[in-house]
Amino acid sequence: MARAELMDFDKALELFEPVIGLEVHVELNTTTKMFSSAPNPANSQFHVADPNTLITPVCLGLPGSLPVVNGEAVKYSISLGLALGCEIAPSSRFARKNYFYPDLAKNYQISQYDEPIAFDGQVEVELENGRVFTVPIERAHMEEDAGKLTHVGGSTGRIQGAEYSLVDYNRAGVPLVEIVTRPIFGGEADTPALAKAYVATIRDIVLSLGISEARMERGNLRCDANVSLRPRGQEKLGTRTETKNVNSMRSVERAVRYEIQRQAAILAGGGTIIQETRHWHEDTGATSAGRPKSDADDYRYFPEPDLLPVVPSKELVDELRAALPEPPAVRRRRLKSEWGFTDLEFQDVANSGLLIELEATVKAGATPAAARKWWTGEIARLANAAAVDASGLVSPEHVAELAQLVDSGTLTDRLARQVLEGVIAGEGSPQQVVDARGLAVVSDDGALIAAIDEALASQPDVLAKIRDGKVQAAGAVIGAVMKAMQGKADAARVRELVLERAAQTA
Amino acid sequence: MSDELIRLSAAALGAKLASGEVSSVEATRAHLDRIAAVDGAVHAFLHVEGERAIETAAEIDRQRAAGAPLGPLAGVPIAIKDVLVTKGMPSTSGSRILEGWIPPYDATPVTKVREAGMIPLGKTNMDEFAMGSSTEHSAYGPTHNPWDLDRIPGGSGGGSAASVAAFEAPLALGSDTGGSIRQPAHVTGTVGVKPTYGAVSRYGSIALASSLDQIGPVTRNVLDAALLHDVIAGHDPLDSTSIPEKWPSMADAVRRADVSGLRIGVIKELDGEGFQAGVRQRFHESLELLEKQGAEIVEVSAPHFEYAIAAYYLILPAEASSNLAKFDSVRFGLRVTPEGGGTVEQVMSATREAGFGPEVKRRIILGTYALSAGYYDAYYGSAQKVRTLVQRDFDAAFANVDVLASPTAPTTAFKFGEKMADPVSMYLNDIATIPANLAGVPGISLPSGLAPEDGLPVGIQFLAPAREDARLYNVGAALEQLLEARWGGPLLAQAPDLSSHELTATEEGAL
Repeated sequence: MARAELMDFDKALELFEPVIGLEVHVELNTTTKMFSSAPNPANSQFHVADPNTLITPVCLGLPGSLPVVNGEAVKYSISLGLALGCEIAPSSRFARKNYFYPDLAKNYQISQYDEPIAFDGQVEVELENGRVFTVPIERAHMEEDAGKLTHVGGSTGRIQGAEYSLVDYNRAGVPLVEIVTRPIFGGEADTPALAKAYVATIRDIVLSLGISEARMERGNLRCDANVSLRPRGQEKLGTRTETKNVNSMRSVERAVRYEIQRQAAILAGGGTIIQETRHWHEDTGATSAGRPKSDADDYRYFPEPDLLPVVPSKELVDELRAALPEPPAVRRRRLKSEWGFTDLEFQDVANSGLLIELEATVKAGATPAAARKWWTGEIARLANAAAVDASGLVSPEHVAELAQLVDSGTLTDRLARQVLEGVIAGEGSPQQVVDARGLAVVSDDGALIAAIDEALASQPDVLAKIRDGKVQAAGAVIGAVMKAMQGKADAARVRELVLERAAQTA
Repeated sequence: MSDELIRLSAAALGAKLASGEVSSVEATRAHLDRIAAVDGAVHAFLHVEGERAIETAAEIDRQRAAGAPLGPLAGVPIAIKDVLVTKGMPSTSGSRILEGWIPPYDATPVTKVREAGMIPLGKTNMDEFAMGSSTEHSAYGPTHNPWDLDRIPGGSGGGSAASVAAFEAPLALGSDTGGSIRQPAHVTGTVGVKPTYGAVSRYGSIALASSLDQIGPVTRNVLDAALLHDVIAGHDPLDSTSIPEKWPSMADAVRRADVSGLRIGVIKELDGEGFQAGVRQRFHESLELLEKQGAEIVEVSAPHFEYAIAAYYLILPAEASSNLAKFDSVRFGLRVTPEGGGTVEQVMSATREAGFGPEVKRRIILGTYALSAGYYDAYYGSAQKVRTLVQRDFDAAFANVDVLASPTAPTTAFKFGEKMADPVSMYLNDIATIPANLAGVPGISLPSGLAPEDGLPVGIQFLAPAREDARLYNVGAALEQLLEARWGGPLLAQAPDLSSHELTATEEGAL
């Protein structure tokens, strides 16, 4: 695909003011789906399932089937609404959004339209540079997810050019909350970073509530980014585009940045922006045109006659409000002090969006320092190389186990990195990888001494130097021993033993 | 013996089964024989269970022999309207688009009749997706009225009503969205009840208009309707709109059959212009009988009923256009691929073009239009307001009377083809039945006699406040006793003998 002309980002900001609006879909991790008793694949215990096995007549929209609202999902949605500072509607209603698409079993989606369960909230978002923003929330409403299409044949994996398509209805009916912001002004050059930080904050919130697995690479959390530009000094908002399903936090930032640069180039060239959806391409780092979208899209919404209004009692709302976890900003201050990190160290972790992973890793038994070292070091490096979010790469429990294996001397840092790769490759827990790959440090002095004696014997000049008190010469022997042990030895212990043996053979 | 068995009421047959005088296998066989004999002429059934029904009956006989506790209708055969999905039995809702589809689950009312030990005989004919008042809109050909085979049996549930009137089944399940149980009862001399909205689960009922649909009994007398009502009513966690509270026994209300002091309101707007003379005559005779028995007859006005049909024909198509969207060939039912293949949209389009009949298409287009942006408020929105006004008319009326009464439909059974060219005149058939669906209140239709001018059956309708279904059974049973005393037996005893059609049926091999 031809890459669109882009304007330099700073230049674009000089000429235009970017305005964004973000829609985040959160898949709730309830045990069953939004409107049926089918197991919910957005709950990790059902994540792995063959296509079309997590279904009931309701998920398939079979004739005669009827939806029933999942009470747990309603509670989760209320909690989320409260955490977003929203009002909770004393009565809200489901509506049918009518459109034909093969992934939509009934050819309508049950959603909320004019009466969402939560509305008028705000979220505090802290940027990497320390700037704090208040993002206004318009609404959060409940709805059901669609099934998943796989287009077979054709080169792009998209429907165009495909020979046929397969439909998996496992995802059909997964409970979703869609969080919609009001237009966000004033982000200026920080706008892309703000978009990323907002999504990270939503992720922190849903994870702290425990209502979603929030794994973006699995689609538990999906972001649609609306971007428009208006010339400096103009009151009227520019025409917006909606970039759909941006599925990692770094992509959110890149996609917003890309749209600002693309739209600026078009507008500066005298062109007009087409109101449309756009697809984000991770590989090329570009967006491409989707379908035209107008405000007059006619979904023929009407109140869902199969369902009664959702009328949560005041007691329930109060109970859920009382049970809310601390807000992310408060939590950050607490964690920083508990972990004893410097400003820089803490910012490093927060900016990587890894607070939750770190907290979980510490809870699983690692020291804060070790947890930080692994998450912001090797794991972040591997994630970056694979262009995925670090959080999806490995579980906090496994990181804690890895750190403990290093602490106990079973692994050196170098070996631990190999073990980490094995864990990421799906070979099992760190201990299982150690056992399977035979990566543990050789702690048997006998084996080490044999290797040392051999090395000393083959390097008599070095032995002489050590005896003369030039202990730094031991390095060559240590290197040879480590090589002979294929790295599976603790270098400090080897050094001790080398000096010991050199003295003894004197 | 066989003819005697099929003419028994469900209650009487149930008693004979309980006493061991008759086995369920014998009773079921007798009805299957009757179906084989007359359904070629009547065409009430789209599917007959045959030997599978006999096997189910044998199982009930075994349970009875083993001393299992069984209900009053255990072992009694029943016909099921094709709008209800039945596990392992075709369920087409009268449409080509579901031809050959075998549902993997039972509708809740079907589960309940099975649990009550009843024997499903098969699935009955209906207007496609319950859209119509004559069964002429069935994709599988019309059902014939057992009183006159050249006339319609009513609709949409003409198959269920005709099966009962033709003694092919003692009772049947129907669905009533705007009169589809009561109007067929009216033209076939049978009893039909639309329970309070939410009394019977809609789970597994192929939806026409979700806010109007209700499943109910189709029988030959009021007691049978009550017994079946007691079987199918009750809360279903699978239907959010089903009422959670417990219900009193309808059969007990039938046994009460006492109208002394009962205030009956005659709806002024449903007793005049447009109603056939013989329909009105029998209606007023029935009221006189009740009055003599101690009921008080008062006239009431329901000023907004005249807008009910207009509102109904916006709300119903709006909901139907959405409910019928699922018929797209992707997961079940008919699939038509355009020549040379096509995109999924083209396949969906070709399937719906081939699979839906003209009345269904008419209503989908109407409903899609009524919900469209820019028209929603004027059409769907206004219709909902009228619906509220109709509900208020009922509230005002029920503040003064215990039940309301009207003729069930304006005319006796019309001839095939008479109203096919004029949809609006077809729609007007439901003028008296539609208000109950808009308000969610229960209604019963029972025979009030034969119209003198054409000798065809007519019905009287009673309506009660929501959740007061028992009042209908009380007044219905009382009137039935009075009328049957006058007639010297059930009205259906006067129906023509269909056995002369046996030869035709066999020749045509209609089963």
